[in-house]
Amino acid sequence: MTTAAFALLLLATVGACLVNRRAALAIRGRGARLHSLAGFHGAYAGLLVAVPTAVLVLLWLLLEGPVIDRLVLAGLPGAALAGLDAGGRDLVLAEIHQLALGHRFGTPAPHALEAAARLVRLREAAGLLLLLAVLATAATLAFLARARVRADFRARPRAERIIAGLMVFASAVAVLTTLGIVASLVVETGRFFALVPWTDFLFGTRWEPQIAIRADQIAGAGAFGVLPVFLGTLVVTAVALAVAVPVGLFAAIYLAEFASPAGRRRMKPVLEILAGVPTVVYGFFAILTVAPALRDLGALTGLAVAPNTALAAGIVMGVMLVPFISSFADDALAAVPRALRDGALALGATRAEAVTGVLVPAALPGIMGGILLAVSRAVGETMIVVMAAGLIARMTVNPLDSVTTVTVQIVSLLVGDTAFDSPKTLAAFALGMLLFAVTLALNVLALAIVRRYREAYD
Amino acid sequence: MAGPDIALPATPWASAPVRARLRRRGRAETRLRLLGLGALGLAFAMLATLVLTLLWSGAGAFRQTRVATEVFYDPAILAPGNLARGDYRAILAVAVGEWFPGLSPAGRRRAGAILSAGAPFVLRDRIVADPALLGRRVTLSLPVSDPYDQLRRGLLGRDTPAAFRRLTDDDIARWDRLVASGLVSAPLNPGLLLDPDSRFPELAGLAGALAGSAWLLLTCFLLSFPVGIGAAIYLEEFAPRRRLADVIEININNLAAVPSVVFGLLGLAVFLGWFGLPRSSPFVGGMVLALMTLPTIIIATRAALKAVPPSIREAALGLGASRQQAVFHHVLPLAMPGILTGTILGLAHALGETAPLLLIGMNAFVTGAPGGPFDAATALPTQIFIWADSPERGFEARTSAAILVLLAFLVVMNGLAIFLRNRFERKW
Repeated sequence: MTTAAFALLLLATVGACLVNRRAALAIRGRGARLHSLAGFHGAYAGLLVAVPTAVLVLLWLLLEGPVIDRLVLAGLPGAALAGLDAGGRDLVLAEIHQLALGHRFGTPAPHALEAAARLVRLREAAGLLLLLAVLATAATLAFLARARVRADFRARPRAERIIAGLMVFASAVAVLTTLGIVASLVVETGRFFALVPWTDFLFGTRWEPQIAIRADQIAGAGAFGVLPVFLGTLVVTAVALAVAVPVGLFAAIYLAEFASPAGRRRMKPVLEILAGVPTVVYGFFAILTVAPALRDLGALTGLAVAPNTALAAGIVMGVMLVPFISSFADDALAAVPRALRDGALALGATRAEAVTGVLVPAALPGIMGGILLAVSRAVGETMIVVMAAGLIARMTVNPLDSVTTVTVQIVSLLVGDTAFDSPKTLAAFALGMLLFAVTLALNVLALAIVRRYREAYD
Repeated sequence: MAGPDIALPATPWASAPVRARLRRRGRAETRLRLLGLGALGLAFAMLATLVLTLLWSGAGAFRQTRVATEVFYDPAILAPGNLARGDYRAILAVAVGEWFPGLSPAGRRRAGAILSAGAPFVLRDRIVADPALLGRRVTLSLPVSDPYDQLRRGLLGRDTPAAFRRLTDDDIARWDRLVASGLVSAPLNPGLLLDPDSRFPELAGLAGALAGSAWLLLTCFLLSFPVGIGAAIYLEEFAPRRRLADVIEININNLAAVPSVVFGLLGLAVFLGWFGLPRSSPFVGGMVLALMTLPTIIIATRAALKAVPPSIREAALGLGASRQQAVFHHVLPLAMPGILTGTILGLAHALGETAPLLLIGMNAFVTGAPGGPFDAATALPTQIFIWADSPERGFEARTSAAILVLLAFLVVMNGLAIFLRNRFERKW
């Protein structure tokens, strides 16, 4: 039915477009001068039909499911839902949905079978109604558009205004996305703080989210103190930066100041490949190669290296960030005015002295901005740590230990058995809120530093 | 710097202290140069190690050890009316008994483990597809189980003490007899790309993941391409320099730096929770990826539009075109190569994105390729994650092979983008 609705929408659009174009051509054929080209009469009609009808179809599809579910639940005998909370109601609904698909488990209650049949009927009725609604709307709009075709009708400005509206909407999608992110995080975090006090979350030193989802499960009482998780994130980030900053910086200096143009042309794209490798690949690399190598190294030197040490995840993340840092440093070095470099060299400085004494200090704000963005990347990086770091939160800064990170906890809390009203699930959104706030602050700070520095030389 | 003492005329240029200082300064220069080379070398070495270990460990999965097995679809064991539920293990046990006559029942059971635990299903699917096979003998090429696959590839050390090995000396002896009889072969393994996922590494393939990723990218492209271009054209060509346009611009820049897992949270809360769209479906994944790709496309499109010289617009306007006609008929076609390059790079990035897909449940165990964008599915990167998490040794090779497939797609997409840029980009 949905496909039919979309097909009808397309048909009506094309039809209206052709009809109006033809009508405009006919007017011109009779010798009148058209204000707009016949094509614009067609485009106007097509847009006038397509946009509102498409909005109608999308809204309908969005609302259809919940409305039908509510009707089905309302039609159940009162006894079937008595004493059920939201989760229980969802289960009843899920059973009805399965029955409607023809999947039977055991012997369903007669009222459930009846509800399933009603669900099927309602769905069919809704589909038919949607088709009728589309037909009615499209036909009305097509007639409206057809009635407007006259020699002096300003079809082009009208059509262009609709197109401009669509483009404004497209630009608004980015804003809507941000609003969506903030709204979903704020709403779910608010629900979390209704269950767990925010002081416990921000200042607690124990993170043990493995609480019971159902009453009959055996599990801990739960603790949602974010400090050890955040500390783990900092440990991994610190290791990553310890690798990425020197390597990326020296690589950038070499490429910018010492490499021949041909060497630079060849080496830079190879370095960029490191940035294009998907993070899940880095994660696998960490567990396949780096972690075992570190373990062997630990056995050799007698150090106690945990199997999923923060070092493995951090080193691999550092490798991932090398091209990031080097490209920022490269840009910053290239932006230093030529006069500074030439001045240093003219005074007798070697190239190395020009770099360390003049260029790097002058480029420092840009480099710092890049490093801050890399920190934000490292804090938000997910797959490497999900695969290579640990799950247990510990208050430790030893990178040889196993630590957990904010992103690991978000994924591990939300993958698998989840219920939408459990503090376990909601805690993931609180962590997400924290992550969003931290990375946003870092980005804004980094961009501010970079921008300020640019102004200084322009 | 050491300006003042260089300026002293009393210091002879060839004197020992000056030479020592020059040497020191030269050494500092060499040191920095070496540090730079070392840093680049380290980065390249890491990249080489990454690629080589993946090739090394993934190569095995492109071939699959198989045993030519003669099976008898025994009518005494199978009921003609209910072929889907027959006792195919018993049929395989007979076939295994024919390899090693005179084995005890326990030994035969042990020997039966040579074949993949999924082999009975291969037998079943074969006869369900062709019921006329009942009562006939057929030679099927059946995959062997993981330990024996490792044994053939030399990954399971014969020299390690039996206590640390998954196969006993008897197992290995039986396997060697089977190899000597010429029944074992290791043909290329098309199943890696053509079969859906399975719990048994020797049967697992990427068909579902490839289809899932294709639906994902299609959804992502259809949503992000028009919206991204529309937004970029508005911001670049039409938006009056007002607060609103500034807000949108800052927004886009920040959106580009939001961690991907946060987009997953958005998808989970809004698309699954509030809108009630189906979990694990490529459509929802594609919507999330589209939102992530949008900033990339917008930024690339704006750059491409900016690169078209104003004279083009002015000429069109001078000839009486409206502003939209000038943009859509003249500027946009000229900017298209740049836009497409940016879009392909954005899609390549989306293809490798994993974290947001985990949160919307695209890491479910799904046997069978999705038939549409609303069916439950996995994607290439999430399949890699699932396999990397699986304890069976055989999945290690599969994971590496899947990564190689993913990297191959990325290389092709990036190559296409570079080709487009080199072939069609115009310098004005």
